[in-house]
Amino acid sequence: MHELPQQLVNGLLLGSMYGLVAIGYTMVYGIVQLINFAHGEIFMTGGFGALTVWMMLPSGSTMWVALPLMLIGAVFVATTIAVAAERFAYRPLRNAPRLAPLITAIGLSIALQQAVWAWYPGATSSLVFPEIPGGPFHLGSITIQTGDIFLLIAAPISMAFLGFFVKKTRTGRGMQATAQDPDTAKLMGVNTDRIITTAFALGAVFAAVGAVAYGLKYGEVNFKMGFLLGLKAFTAAVLGGIGNIYGAMVGGLVLGLAETLTTVYVAEIPGLEQLGGQSWGNTWAFVLLILVLLFRPQGLLGQRVADRV
Amino acid sequence: MTALLEVEDLRVAYGKIEAVKGISFSVDAGQIVTLIGTNGAGKTTTLRTLSGLIKPRGGQIKFNGKSLKKVPAHDIVALGLAHSPEGRHIFPRMTIEDNLLLGAFLRKDKEGIQQDVQRAYDLFPILGERRKQAAGTLSGGEQQMLAMGRALMSRPKLLMLDEPSMGLSPIMMQKIMATIAELKAQGTTILLVEQNAQAALSLADQGHVMEIGNVVLSGPGRELLVNEDVRKAYLGED
Ligand SMILES: Nc1ncnc2c1ncn2[C@@H]1O[C@H](COP(=O)(O)OP(=O)(O)O)[C@@H](O)[C@H]1O
Ligand SMILES: [Mg+2]
Repeated sequence: MHELPQQLVNGLLLGSMYGLVAIGYTMVYGIVQLINFAHGEIFMTGGFGALTVWMMLPSGSTMWVALPLMLIGAVFVATTIAVAAERFAYRPLRNAPRLAPLITAIGLSIALQQAVWAWYPGATSSLVFPEIPGGPFHLGSITIQTGDIFLLIAAPISMAFLGFFVKKTRTGRGMQATAQDPDTAKLMGVNTDRIITTAFALGAVFAAVGAVAYGLKYGEVNFKMGFLLGLKAFTAAVLGGIGNIYGAMVGGLVLGLAETLTTVYVAEIPGLEQLGGQSWGNTWAFVLLILVLLFRPQGLLGQRVADRV
Repeated sequence: MTALLEVEDLRVAYGKIEAVKGISFSVDAGQIVTLIGTNGAGKTTTLRTLSGLIKPRGGQIKFNGKSLKKVPAHDIVALGLAHSPEGRHIFPRMTIEDNLLLGAFLRKDKEGIQQDVQRAYDLFPILGERRKQAAGTLSGGEQQMLAMGRALMSRPKLLMLDEPSMGLSPIMMQKIMATIAELKAQGTTILLVEQNAQAALSLADQGHVMEIGNVVLSGPGRELLVNEDVRKAYLGED
């Protein structure tokens, strides 16, 4: 159970879920310099979107049919909320002092949690998420839980798609231009308002994929699930260098590895038995963040501010 | 013949401070028109207003017979007005080629775009040699070439250049000025903002001298070049 290869795989899987959610923080920050603290809750609503689709399907539907539909439901709910939040909550504050949109984001985050808690039937406690049938998969000495299979497939596909989108498509190039110099992007004919909306929407799509992964991995969704996960995804974004989309994934993987390895191995160090286990894993993850920021404030893949002008 | 660009009584303010106080000038097709004047005269503000980045307080801007006052900034380049901004503002973390392609952001004709990329490389061979390099690694003069090449990628009817010679070595400056003359010879209409009055007036069909938000003197470039007041104030003679 404690073999290193297995723990590495566990850490990478967990980390790729953080990475999927981190993309939304980093893209929005890269373009409008806003930390969208409601992004964790956008992730959470994606989970409920997927669950709702599942409930609406005839009982006995196989997961191979249900899962794509659940993904669509998750993406639909999460992007709708993200785009509406941008349009009606953040855009009117675009020229306001920085603190205003930040406080709005925190308010929105609480409002979304409470709305799901109050109005989603049964959401005052955790709701069971459907499982993919079939046993765990074995690759040599490594076991991959059925719930993680989705993550194993979806995370690399998502990253490949994102890399293609940003580098190769016209909208992607407009997005890079807007992130680097919004006024000059307008001079090129880039509709920066539309680019900002796209950044929120795209971030929500990846968060929704992450939410389905979360539901399958833990077998449940709940109205609080976006809080700690959002915080960790944000940490991953900062670790990787906020504003850098590859940094988000790298930061996620590093964080997932750090959390998994410390959870398992710290307790085996003589004298530190007290500091192992899951709750300490979270602590170590944030200690890692502080260490990286002390020695590399721009994050692992971030440019120094001087290079970004 | 009506002018390609007509600016009438243009007023622009930052809060309570009026930076452009009612200026008028026009640019005919095929001409080089220059705005000269000391730092803070309102030249950059004027160009940024023409591009829609700043909304004017008052006055008229007519381009190709159409009023620009209600047109959002991102729709202006499509009308044929391109702007190479002061300080160059290339996209530093994108490649040189991607910078050029952004200049053609609204165009759909792939072949024409490729031809124009090649034309930019012919005009500035150094850009072609470094096409895959991040634009931020270029020298100041090379960045200026890229900014000009990028602005040309929209095939503009009017090219606005804001201080293309700023911070360049004398040799680089000559190269840029020669390129502006070459573009004019190819039929490009240019609105040139410069602090280097000598160079700008030598090239210009028409010049306007700006001082704290007003146009104080206008005339053909050659005439302003020999004008006593201009020589004293801008060409360093006494
Ligand atoms: N963003 C701004 N906010 C407030 N005042 C500005 C801004 N930009 C320029 N100004 C002021 O407007 C005036 C004209 O500036 P500018 O158009 O940059 O002049 P120029 O390009 O001729 O040097 C100056 O007094 C300058 O300080
Ligand atoms: Mg200026």
